Amino acid sequence: MTYIAKPKFHHPGLPKNRLGYTHRDYEGKISTLCAGCGHDSITASIIEACYELSIEPHRVAKISGIGCSSKTPDYFLGNSHGFNSVHGRMPSVLTGANLANRDLIYLGVSGDGDSASIGFGQFAHSIRRGVNMTYIVENNGVYGLTKGQFSATADRGSKSKKGVMNTDNAVDLVAIALQLGASFVARSFSGDKTQLVPLIAAAIEHKGSAFIDVISPCIAFNNHAGSTKSFDYVREHNDAVNRLDVLTGREPISIEYAPGMVKVVEQHDGTRIALRKIDADYDPHDRVGAMAFLQKHAAKGQIVTGLLYVDPEAEDLHNHLNTVDSPLNTLGEGELCPGSATLEKINASLR
Amino acid sequence: MPVQSPLSSVNDFVVRFANVNGSGSASANELFARSILRHGVPVSPRNIFPSNIQGLPTWYEVRVTEEGHLGARGGVDLMVAMNPQTWDKDVASIEPGGYLFYDSTKPLPSSKFRNDINVIGVPLTAITNSTYSDPRQRQLFKNIIYLGALSALLEMDPKLIEQLIGEQYKGKEKLLSSNVHALHLGRDWALQNVKCPIGLRVRKADKVGDRIFIEGNSAAALGAVYGGATVCAWYPITPSSSLADAFAAHCKKLRHDPKTGKAKYAIVQGEDELASIGIVVGASWNGARAFTATSGPGISLMQEFIGLSYFAEIPAVIMNVQRAGPSTGMPTRTQQCDILACAYASHGDTKHVLLFPEDPAEAFEFAAQAFDLAEQLQTTIFVMLDLDIGMNHRLCRPLKWDDARQYDRGKVMTAEMLDEGRDFGRYLDVDGDGIPYRTYPGAHPTKGSYFTRGTSRDRYARYSEEGSVYADNMQRLVRKFETAQDMVPRPLQANAERPTKYGVIYFGSTAPAMDEAIELLEARGHLLDRMRIRAFPFHSSVASFIADHDFVYVVEQNRDAQLRSLIVNENGIDPVRLVPIRHFDGTPITARFIAGAIGDHQDQLKLTPLRKVKT
Repeated sequence: MTYIAKPKFHHPGLPKNRLGYTHRDYEGKISTLCAGCGHDSITASIIEACYELSIEPHRVAKISGIGCSSKTPDYFLGNSHGFNSVHGRMPSVLTGANLANRDLIYLGVSGDGDSASIGFGQFAHSIRRGVNMTYIVENNGVYGLTKGQFSATADRGSKSKKGVMNTDNAVDLVAIALQLGASFVARSFSGDKTQLVPLIAAAIEHKGSAFIDVISPCIAFNNHAGSTKSFDYVREHNDAVNRLDVLTGREPISIEYAPGMVKVVEQHDGTRIALRKIDADYDPHDRVGAMAFLQKHAAKGQIVTGLLYVDPEAEDLHNHLNTVDSPLNTLGEGELCPGSATLEKINASLR
Repeated sequence: MPVQSPLSSVNDFVVRFANVNGSGSASANELFARSILRHGVPVSPRNIFPSNIQGLPTWYEVRVTEEGHLGARGGVDLMVAMNPQTWDKDVASIEPGGYLFYDSTKPLPSSKFRNDINVIGVPLTAITNSTYSDPRQRQLFKNIIYLGALSALLEMDPKLIEQLIGEQYKGKEKLLSSNVHALHLGRDWALQNVKCPIGLRVRKADKVGDRIFIEGNSAAALGAVYGGATVCAWYPITPSSSLADAFAAHCKKLRHDPKTGKAKYAIVQGEDELASIGIVVGASWNGARAFTATSGPGISLMQEFIGLSYFAEIPAVIMNVQRAGPSTGMPTRTQQCDILACAYASHGDTKHVLLFPEDPAEAFEFAAQAFDLAEQLQTTIFVMLDLDIGMNHRLCRPLKWDDARQYDRGKVMTAEMLDEGRDFGRYLDVDGDGIPYRTYPGAHPTKGSYFTRGTSRDRYARYSEEGSVYADNMQRLVRKFETAQDMVPRPLQANAERPTKYGVIYFGSTAPAMDEAIELLEARGHLLDRMRIRAFPFHSSVASFIADHDFVYVVEQNRDAQLRSLIVNENGIDPVRLVPIRHFDGTPITARFIAGAIGDHQDQLKLTPLRKVKT
């Protein structure tokens, strides 16, 4: 349906953000996904998060792989460059793009087929390297575009629409991201925008590899009884450990909750996240604890959501490579070419 | 006593060292090659090594050639047989009248020798063990000791070798003096116990000039530095790993900000070749110059991304250091066997630009130029090296750079141009050359953004599955490829002294063997015009060269005559007119082979046809 031009017209009274942009300025083309698709809710949450952060849309590079989820970057941030790349290869393309220009914001959008099957390796290695990005997996446990095959995140024992029982064990991308050193790890649900929007915003502000697994029911192929990725199932089994209620960038925050229930996380670039605890014992700075917590709850059939881990002192790939502050794509002959006199010296050393 | 008279030659012979991998022989052997260069005599060394780190046989061949024939010659005049494992084969490979140099510490039965060669026994182990007690020292210095003995046998100037050792161990006095000591141990033993010199001798000449001695992989990596590459992503694979390693080493010296110490480059060792090319495509999409270095199996893995680069029009540079395939093939042996795999890489209708450097100097030039071409043409450019030029030191002309040269970033629409109201269609052919404008991500707040995809789309990058829209785009890509024809390095043609009906086409690392073969063929009375192809798409002069001759030989190092197929396919040439000359056993092609194959074919042409005899 992309041939239908989306009207630019909007209500003059629409609220504007710090940059003077309205919501509409963060939108993209009309979605071609099925009506009611969880992915469209995630798209809306991304738009909301970028609007609230007052990000200049063109400073975002949105990169995806192949699949339903990977089509979505066309539906938000219409003034950003997007790259719908190769199945399972979003992480490498994003890594390269990030190396070329460290000044842009990198939003990687992927699906469970894209990241847990064909691109499992790329997912893992981009996390290992600490690429500064927000990596969102729109996780529906199913191959939608090819009509309903199980993906690797489908739970063992869950049923396909055709009634087939999945006998393979599920890949838990959150557990793997934690193990591989992601410095921001969260899980959320497409149907819970109030939880998701601040998580996306916080992930964007985070300087390091931020991973969000968003359970996003497939309305066409995975929303039936017996599925563990349906709206009903996720609502019933959602176990939120915390909520990011306030996200204020570099502004001081006001704490409105009972002492002990709000934790302010200050990241080393000065951004702050205010975290409202639901599970008082949950410590989002304890990577090992988070892994154990997840395993225990998964065994009970609960889907743990919220900000599961954050390392406020995270470093990214550019730190590791000690690259110059200016984006590499802005360097010209003057900075890059050693010149003929140096070449003469090199020649002399080779005789 | 040999029945054959001993070989006698000054500055024109082949020495082969048979060693065990990991025994530290490589540096001593390289020192031997370099020291001959210091005599003003060109050499062409080749490492013949197994896919192994320690224990398997390895050979190092040095062709000493005052005439400057840098191709492999074939045959061995002096065998330095240091590996008992390969003894029989090594002894058998010596030319009649040639020389066998071996460690005579342990006596060998006469059946182990041949009676038509000259045997020189030096008790290397005995000399080494009486001087050194540390096992590692024994192993390393034994190599220097045989080098010393060879210097006496070949009448080399020891001062020149000492000078090289001095340069190598500058500031490390202890290592320097112990190496010089070992050198003289071997040299003195030979002078006192063997008749020196033998029939093969090195005599000072003035034939090296200002040429440099460098590996093609190192030169290509330096070309990437000069060409402005800032992102390199790669996955280890022989024979291309040393290219990425060299890029890292060059960058460490040449690309750090003097004030902050920070790097003006980023190198990532990918988890595989798919990630490596993905990183290159991502970086290039975002306006950096990026490349990967790989070999055949890596090319196979990169196919999908190469198609994306072609169709979505994203620059990429792939340095393909070819080795013998298919599959794992012979990972440490040379071939030119990825011509078709690269020219038509990926599914669907694709064509890619290939550059064929002949030696390290051209590898440097083409590597640098590849980055301009990739951005001008917004597509993948392959720099087609091979193991022979990539991993061997080759004497070549000095590297040159014009300081006035500027990087050609191709058609990039800037924020200013967008503000001027220029019509931006990502796939719009505004100049008729098939090359559209692109924008860098983040260039402008409201203009110039587009959604890059490998799916069909119209001239303004809007998704479309309309047949006419798809066909229009595919036709434009053909137009772009035609434009490339005049941008890539042109073929070089050299005509025989007198007009001839026969020509020869060759490319890449075959060049030095071909030059020498031409001389051999002329001596047999066969005249050939020659054309060295340096790039694909082929320049129009390739078709006219073929049209101007009755037969054209196409010399290449693969089984299936891949370049010939490409010429036939792309230029609509009658295959009968192109005679394939194929060398594909994994060893570098030799002048003897080429001259033999072409000479035999020419001789056949001169046979009087049977029907003429009858009538």
